Order: sequence, then C-alpha cells, then structure tokens
Amino acid sequence: MIGHIKGISGPTVSVDLKGLRLYDRVYVGHAMLAGEVIRLEQDGAVVQIYENTKGLGIGEPIKGVGMPLTVKLGPGLLSGMFDGLHRSLEKLREEMGSFISGGREVYGLDHLKKWRFSPLKERGADVKAGEIIGYVEEGPLKHFISSGCDGRISEIIDGEFSINEPIGKFYDGREIPGYNEWPVRMPRPYKRKLPPSEPLITGQRCIDFLFPLARGGTAIFPGGFGTGKTILEQSIAKFADVDIVVYVGCGERGNEMAEMIEEFTTLKDPWTGKRLMERTILVVNTSNMPVAAREASIYTAITMAEYYRDMGYHVLLLADSLSRWAEALREISSSLEEMPGEEGYPTYLASRLSGFFERAGVVETVSGKIGSLSMILSVSPPGGDFTEPVTQACLRIAGAFLMLDTSLAHRRHFPAINWFQSYSLYERSLADYFREKISHEWNDLKQRCREILQREEALREVAEVVGFEGLQDADRLLMVVAEKLRLEFLSQNAYTDDAFSPPEKTLSKIREIVEFHDNAAKRLKEGIPLQEMLKM
Amino acid sequence: MRLSEHIYRTISSIRGPLLFVEKVFSARLGEVVNILFPDGRSMDGEVLKIDGDTVLIQVYGETRGLDIGNSSVVFTDTVKKAPLSIDIIGRVFNGSFLPVDDVPMFIPEKWASVTGFPMNPSARARPEEFIETGFSCIDGLNTLVKGQKLPIFSCAGLPSKELAAGILQNSRLAVGMGRFVVVFVALGLTFHDYSFYMNVLNEIRTGFVAFVNMADEPVVERLLSPRFGLTVAEYLAFERGMDVLVVITDMTNYCDVLREVSTAREELPGRRGYPGYMYSDLASIYERAGRVKGMSGSVTMIPIVTMPEDDITHPIPDLTGYITEGQIVLSRELHQKGIFPPVDVLPSLSRLMQRGIGECHTRGDHRKIANSLYKYYAKGRDLRRLEAIVGKDGMTDSDKHMLDFADIFEREFVNQGTARRDINETIDRGISILKRFSLEI
Ligand SMILES: Nc1ncnc2c1ncn2[C@@H]1O[C@H](COP(=O)(O)OP(=O)(O)OP(=O)(O)O)[C@@H](O)[C@H]1O
Ligand SMILES: [Mg+2]
Repeated sequence: MIGHIKGISGPTVSVDLKGLRLYDRVYVGHAMLAGEVIRLEQDGAVVQIYENTKGLGIGEPIKGVGMPLTVKLGPGLLSGMFDGLHRSLEKLREEMGSFISGGREVYGLDHLKKWRFSPLKERGADVKAGEIIGYVEEGPLKHFISSGCDGRISEIIDGEFSINEPIGKFYDGREIPGYNEWPVRMPRPYKRKLPPSEPLITGQRCIDFLFPLARGGTAIFPGGFGTGKTILEQSIAKFADVDIVVYVGCGERGNEMAEMIEEFTTLKDPWTGKRLMERTILVVNTSNMPVAAREASIYTAITMAEYYRDMGYHVLLLADSLSRWAEALREISSSLEEMPGEEGYPTYLASRLSGFFERAGVVETVSGKIGSLSMILSVSPPGGDFTEPVTQACLRIAGAFLMLDTSLAHRRHFPAINWFQSYSLYERSLADYFREKISHEWNDLKQRCREILQREEALREVAEVVGFEGLQDADRLLMVVAEKLRLEFLSQNAYTDDAFSPPEKTLSKIREIVEFHDNAAKRLKEGIPLQEMLKM
Repeated sequence: MRLSEHIYRTISSIRGPLLFVEKVFSARLGEVVNILFPDGRSMDGEVLKIDGDTVLIQVYGETRGLDIGNSSVVFTDTVKKAPLSIDIIGRVFNGSFLPVDDVPMFIPEKWASVTGFPMNPSARARPEEFIETGFSCIDGLNTLVKGQKLPIFSCAGLPSKELAAGILQNSRLAVGMGRFVVVFVALGLTFHDYSFYMNVLNEIRTGFVAFVNMADEPVVERLLSPRFGLTVAEYLAFERGMDVLVVITDMTNYCDVLREVSTAREELPGRRGYPGYMYSDLASIYERAGRVKGMSGSVTMIPIVTMPEDDITHPIPDLTGYITEGQIVLSRELHQKGIFPPVDVLPSLSRLMQRGIGECHTRGDHRKIANSLYKYYAKGRDLRRLEAIVGKDGMTDSDKHMLDFADIFEREFVNQGTARRDINETIDRGISILKRFSLEI
C-alpha cells in the first residue's frame, strides 16, 4: 500500500492512501518517519507523525504497515530507557550521537542478549493464551513468559535463547516466541478486577499518614511551577514499596532526566537493597521532542506496566506531567481543526483520561496471579489555577488528590502538600490495614494530627490580631507544637536522609510530637510556665 | 531534491505577515522561500502549512508593498540554515543574520539547521559546575550552574538590563579551563538600550556574538534570532568545546510575535490570546541549554522575561517557569528602596543549585549558610505583614529582631550596586550578618 502526502499542518499530514484502519502505523516521506492514522476520510486519511515534520514535502510517499503502534514486550525492559515510541535511547545515541536527528527504526529490546529460559510447562501440555510457560531471571525478579495463543506444546527449550529465537513450538507447527507484541492503545486483558485493599507505602510521611494511597489506586498531584511535583514523583519512584516502577518524563526537562538517571544507577532500593535502576523503566519524551510521540508515551509506558502486572507484580506508573500529554493532544487536535472544547482542549479529553485511568487496578491475571498497577500522576495547571480543564477532568476520576500549594513551596515547606485541601478516597478502606498491620495507634494519632493542624489555623487568625504573646498559654503551646508538626513531620527534605520515611519512623515521629504536646499540656495545668518548657 | 528553483506568481492573499500561494507543485514544511517585491526588493519567508497545492508562508519582514499580481515567490528546497565558523566570535548581526558591524560576512565553515535537534536525554550530562556571576543574591542563594536555563523575571521599569549587564561582565567559571563566550540575542531593542548593551559587550574580554533585532525592525525576525543565536551557541559549545552563556532579551517580545502570527493564522487562541502550542515552542528554545556527556562545552541560558502587568501567572512567565530550571524574580518594592539588584529571593529559585554547591564546587558551608539566610529572611518578611497590622511597637523583641534582620539582609546582602563579589565574600558576608544578629547557623 503506497500513497502520497496531500497536505502538512504541524505534526499531522493528510494522505490519499485508502484502505488504512484507524490507529494503523504508517511510514511517511522519503525519510520514513513513523506515524499513526488518527482520522479516516472518504478519499484518504490523516496521520500524526511521531517525528519532526520539518522538511517533509508534498507528494512524498506514504506506506501502511498493516498494524497499529505496538511495543515488544519481553526480557530486557527493566533498567531500559525509551522514547515515547519505545525506541531505546541508548541505542539511538550509539547510532546517531548526542542529538536525535529523527527517522530511525530502533528496537526497544536487545535482540542479541542471551537469556536463560526455565520452562514451567512440559511437552504435551495444553496452554491457553496468557498462560505462563516459563521464566527468565531479569535483574531482581523472575520474568514470566506467557504464551500468546492457545495450543499444545510439542517442544520447549530449557536453556539459553535470545529474543528473536523461539522458545518452543506447538504441535501444529507454530513457533512460540520469547516476546509478546502488544498494541499500546489496547488494555491488556485480565480475569477480573479486585478492589484495592493494601496501602502503597511511598515513604512520604504526609502521604502515607494523612492521605494514604492504595496499590492499584490512582492519585494526582497538581501544582504550579516549582511546587515540587518532579521531586515528589522522583522520591516516590525511589522509595515506593512496589516491585517495579515505570516512570514517564512526559514533555518535561532533559536535565531532570539526566539527574534522575545518574541517581538511579547509584542509589539502592531501600526495600530490597538492589540497585534502583534494576526495578525501573524510564520513558522519556522531553518538551522539545516531537509532540505526537509525547502523546503516545504514556500508552507505551502503561503497556509495559500492564505486562509486568500480568506476571503478578506490584507495578507503579509515575508520569510527570499529565498536562503535557493533554497539551500534546490539544496541539494535534487543533492542527486537525477539530471543534474545540474548554480552553481549546478537544472534547474527548475527559473520556481519553478516564480510559487511561481505568487501566490501573488490582487484578487477577489471566494466569491466575494477583498483580496491581498503581498510578501517581502530576498535573501542571496554567497559572496554578486548579479550575482548568485537565485538573478538573482528573479530579473526577482519581482516587487521591494531593494539592501542591505555591505558598507552602515559597516558604520552602516540601513536599508542599496542602493538608486541608487534599484528600484520599482510600483512607477509609485502608484504616483497618494500618491499625492491624502497622499500629493500633495509627488512626488515633492521625486524628490528633488533624486536630492540631485545624486548631492552629483557627488560632493563626486570632494571633494576627492580638499577636502571639496575646494568646493563652495552652493555645501558644498548640501553636508551637503545630509548627513542630509542620517542620519536622510534614516536611521532608528530599536532599537529606529524611527523604525516605518508612511507616515505623513515621509512627515514632508523630507519637513523639503528640506526646510532647500532652506532657507539656499536663505540666501547664500543674502551673509550670510555658516559657520554661520551651527552653528544653 | 528538485532540479531547479520554482518560481510562482500565484499569491492569492496577504494577511499581515502571512501569504497564501496557490497552485504550488511541490513544497516542504519549513522550506525557505524568497519573496520578490514589485519594486525589486526581496525577503525571506518560510512554509508554515501545506494544503494540497495551497501553501501558507510566513514572511520574515514587512509585507507592506507586496501585491497580488506582480510579486513572486521562489521555493528554494532547503530549510532555514545558519552559517557557522569560529570567526563568528566578536561579530554583530541583525535578526536576519546579516552583519551590522561594518565588517564583511565571514566565510562559513559549515551550515546547520536553525531549529537544531533535540538532545538525546541519555546523552545529557548532569549540570553541576558552578558559574560565579558576582552577585550575592544569585551565587549565594540561587546558584547558577553550567548547562542551566535560569530566566530573570522582571517588571516594566526595573533594571533587568543592568543586572544582565552585570552578569555578562562578571560571570566566570570557578573551575574549568574552557573558553567562556557570550551569545547575546536582542529582540525589539530600543536604540538607547542598544548603545548600552554594545558598550557592555565590547568590554567582555573573552568574546561575544550578538544578534540584534531593533524595535523598528521586522517583528517576525524575532522568531528566528533566538534560533540563530542558539545554533551558534551549540556549535561553539559542542563542536568547539566552549562554555557559552546565552542571554536573550526580551522573551516577552518573542511571545507577542508568536501570538501575532497565530492570530493572523486565525488559530484558536489559548490563555490571553497566546497560542496553545506556546509551551512546546518555548521549550524548543529553552531546552537547547545543556551539557553533553563526553564533551567539554556547555550552553547556559539566561532569558529575560518582562512580566506583563507584573503578573507572574501571566502565560509568558508561567510557561517559562514551567520549562526553565528556576527563576530570578525582580521586585518593584526593593527597587523603590534603592536596592540593586532588586532580587526578591523568596520567589526566586535555582533548581540545579543543590548539585552545584558545597565542598568541591563552592564551599563546604555554603548550603548551611544559604538555608539559614533564607529561613530567617522569610520569617522577617512574614512579620512585616504583622507589623502592618499591629505596628512595630506592638511586637515582641524577638519579632523586632527578625524584622531588623530582614532589613539588613536586603541592604547589605542583596544590595551591592555594581561591585563584584566572589563566592567567598558572599558567603562570609552572609555569616557576618547572621552572627551580628546572633542567629543560629
Ligand atoms: N522534598 C523537597 N525537598 C527539598 N527541596 C524540594 C523538595 N521538593 C521540591 N524542592 C525544591 O523545589 C524545587 C522545584 O521542585 P520541582 O522541580 O519538583 O518542581 P515542579 O513542581 O516539578 O515544577 P515544574 O512544574 O516547573 O516542573 C526543587 O528544585 C527544590 O529546590
Ligand atoms: Mg517538574
């Protein structure tokens, strides 16, 4: 199938090729730029191009591939670094140097690397699509390989293979490949969804204690520039209690990614002691890389995340920032001259977003294991204004909302999570877990913590008028304790050892502060002046 | 590759800086065209969009005098390129890359596309080498490092020009032997400011390259000049191993042209009329700052942004802040107090500072001192609000003490006039102020 370019507008081109299907992958122009069909018309199609369209000419050829945008899933994804189209950035660098000059097919997986395959099925076994047939050791974990289709195994290896060699055969002669190819826009199947019931420990006290997240849940944190979204995402990527982290740098800075890569190759996972990079997959499409690839990047990432979920792992997808994805969608939509919705975003923004969020969850996998996919996404509202369409659309679907506050950030209170506006819908259902598995005091202390913060807010207004000295001793004590709570408990400097706080530490810190308050209050009643106690 | 140039006389409409040409047989996106006026003048343009045989062109110049019947358009089959050579150092060009310093054009060693290519994120080296600007408020509290992009957010009437000049004259690398070069890009400069900057540039011993678009010169050129400047910067940094500091003034003028072209294209406007793609467009400029693994050069960028209506949430500073690695914010209040540079350190931030300070970069006690100064100053500033309500007399002694600290910090640490302070002097000054107020460090 060969056609020609009829028109070019920003990242989209119109072509006269018939017989294409929606979301089919195509090659465009003499440079063979990768693209994807996003609209079908009577006499042709409109294609979004994943690369810079500068220099593309009218009349240049276009060729359909006959299948949609897919990723190759197999051993070797962990510690990999990919662009939005799942091209290995390291390999791109080997091939074209330090700058990405476009138009090159590069595979995400290393085709030469040898893996040791251990079978879990024998010759003669009947397997169903999605059923696990063996595994390889990939970094810290067992990478289970499942069959892509139903059949009876006639041959299965027990030894070394590389990605493009089959690991076995069916009786009807079909080969069993060691990898799986999957269209990124199609959620991978599972048996059934289960309600989230375990917490996702992030190592951030403010989150774990006040606004706990759940494995299989979704959370967003919107915040203006410089409010600490990236640092928070990266801290969670380092310390979260999960098996695998997929991190998407979606339309953000290159220097940030360089920093993250350096850190992750040296730092250790606090839960297992292994190198962090071994449990991490990076998808990076910085702000100056093509917007259509930015749009695809979150789908590429979540497909890999689902792949590991299907092996029965707890996977966390972090994306920074979802707003840049939405803006890419808007840029493409406006170059198609579609009818815009609010602030120029396409009217299907909300439905695309909820389709994406739906891919999170705890599932019983096709092979009968339990896996989870959690999502924590940052949102960058223009002007820090939370009424804008992307924040609002996310609010309706996300399970937790952690609002990052510019005024806290200016006071260098990090993470700048506003403790009055934020909420987690998982808090209730996780309360029992925290009481039983972590501490029976957990929920009561949380109640105390909330009360102190609320009381402080009320007193602050009074203090504005009468001054701190004008307050009663008990109230002054509370103000002092609240400040301690904010500075020592809710803040966590990402550049110190305090960056990671496991639940035991969180608990002992909050207990200490509340006890300090109660003891001091008791002694106040006994007549000991506040001044004296504060000196200690 | 086409065998010959294509000439068309089929302009069908002219709308501000935009032309529509019809019945074009073959065109490329981003292709450079040459527009021939009826009076013999000629001007460059660029293909923005192609729809069948109708081509939309953006003209880099004043379209007055163009007409529909007698003007013609030549399609050149190439994209916009910049000539490069080491001899470019010391030269001054206009926004169309023509020399304006009365010296003939240099002989190019090579040509490179002005849009550049995105740096592979895995090839980036983490910025961590300290650049000493000579200003305490920057070096001490908002440290700049090689490969960073750190804008100055100014308000109309504030001395951003003088601050930029100070940085241009005083900046030096604490470590590293590389050669330091300045690339200066001016968009919509008045004659008065032009003379000011040329005096400054001529005093830079290590060398400079300037691209100057004057206030009365074609506005659409302003979309190109920063890209010329950055293409030159990338060449000097990554092919000649130099440390390049790029100063662009004023990005607000750039964004206004972006809006003008977008309006002429009848695109759907985003916030305050600026186009929806402004984030990506600005990123294609700002993200060109950086360092590359295994290469010695670097591109560091200081764009100057004038915040319309002093509003930091305006789309221009807002999107800039979302892309750059921090910001230096100027304050009208400090300026009125006679403080120079009038930098408000509270909303200012250098996000790459953490890696660039301490033992091997500046001094072991740098971080501690910076944190203390910031903390106490923030406290003092907070108390100023209380002071406004209850009056200084109604405040406790310790509160008054913090108020005084904030005043002295502004007057003695931030304020430094045109004198240059090295990093030791900056840190020592911080220590001495803290000690004077017996504050814990
Ligand atoms: N936990 C933290 N500890 C110490 N400093 C922090 C922390 N979080 C944020 N910061 C400070 O705030 C700065 C900005 O944080 P960050 O880059 O994460 O902001 P952001 O919200 O991602 O901004 P943008 O939207 O522009 O990307 C950091 O460079 C750092 O100086
Ligand atoms: Mg960020």
